[in-house]
Amino acid sequence: MRQIRAHWWKILGIAFVLYAIIGGLLMDAPRLAILNETIRNLYYHVTMWFAMMILMTASVVYSVRYLMTFNQDFDQKARIAAGIGIVFGLAGILTGSVWARFTWGVYWVNDPKLNGAAITLLIYLAYVILRNSLDEEQKRARLAAVYNIFAYVLLMVFLMILPRMTDSLHPGNGGNPAFSSYDLDHTMRLVFYPAIIGWTLIGVWMGQIRLRLENIEKQLQDDE
Amino acid sequence: MIGTELKTLLKKELVLEWRSKFALGGILLYVLSTIFVAYLSFVKVVDVKTWNALLWVIILFVSTNAVSKAFVQEDQSKLIYLYTLASPQGIILSKIIYHAILVWIVSMLSVGVYITLIGNVVQNMGLFLTAVSLGSIGLSSVLTLVSAIAAQSNNNVTLMSILSFPILLPLLITLIKLSGGAIDGLAWSVTSKYVIVLALLNVIVITLSYILFPYLWRD
Repeated sequence: MRQIRAHWWKILGIAFVLYAIIGGLLMDAPRLAILNETIRNLYYHVTMWFAMMILMTASVVYSVRYLMTFNQDFDQKARIAAGIGIVFGLAGILTGSVWARFTWGVYWVNDPKLNGAAITLLIYLAYVILRNSLDEEQKRARLAAVYNIFAYVLLMVFLMILPRMTDSLHPGNGGNPAFSSYDLDHTMRLVFYPAIIGWTLIGVWMGQIRLRLENIEKQLQDDE
Repeated sequence: MIGTELKTLLKKELVLEWRSKFALGGILLYVLSTIFVAYLSFVKVVDVKTWNALLWVIILFVSTNAVSKAFVQEDQSKLIYLYTLASPQGIILSKIIYHAILVWIVSMLSVGVYITLIGNVVQNMGLFLTAVSLGSIGLSSVLTLVSAIAAQSNNNVTLMSILSFPILLPLLITLIKLSGGAIDGLAWSVTSKYVIVLALLNVIVITLSYILFPYLWRD
């Protein structure tokens, strides 16, 4: 019983992701011209971005808490959350690229959403480089936290400004109807929302395993 | 209180800059050679969009170069001495103001040389120079904070660019839209929303720098 109480969210994550894979591929989806069956990629592509943004937000929250307490654990968590976020971002770009090939005919177009995604990855890859070019632990944590907060706020501004300045091929932008209007009987929502929660929980779990692994490695090093 | 401190710190920046005149000369020469490279490669830019984008890329590189030494020129012991004398807020504000002036002068010079060599396509010059001025403030404040971060690493030059370019994009895209409007001769009333966005971006960046800088210098 104690086990279930401690690990229920992992079970929930697995269940939701399995549901998103099985239900996403088998359940009824709206049949539309051009999109056809690729509309099912909604469950795997869009959810990556949700999971990534949730993880990046968690990373910034940890950075703020680090600057408030100077507790090294928060810095570790901020770094791990950003790292997993990058993995989700890369998965989002890959799934989106394949989808774009099928619906728009090319792997990459000049579109505000794509550019926003690319810039998010550029910022967080720069964050990783910054961390690796500093040797001293305290200093690295401090500088990385400051950059994380600074960049996150400007990124949010960018993601708000950009779509208003240029047209997008994405649904819900540039005169294209949003996905909610395709999904007339709400069948897609039944898979879409659980999929977001599922992928995010899997991301948190990945982060937790990473954290525990690092702590064990550190302990082993200290014992030697 | 912060007023007198700011004035003293600004004076210190100006005196230091004047003492190392060759560095200032270096930046000016950088402007000239960069624009000359653009001039010889393009000779004449007919396409208005390219004219605009090229100018902003030049301004971006010139200001990155100008600000990158913001925290490097003073060695570690001098910085520690400075930190015992002044408040972090005073230091970051004075650095931002000083570099805004520097970047503004350098950008104006770039515009002048660029127009002389490559040709003028701007129809609403007042609006265009407003865009350049607002851009100088935004560019210099982002770059000043980033240079405070990069200066503490052993990978300064690369870090300066990779850390600042992605976060400068909201600013640059708005600037290119606004200056594009000025080139097409649009009226102030049509483009006022971009001016407001730029002003807001500057306020956000300066506020963030003001809040975050104290965490950077505490060693």
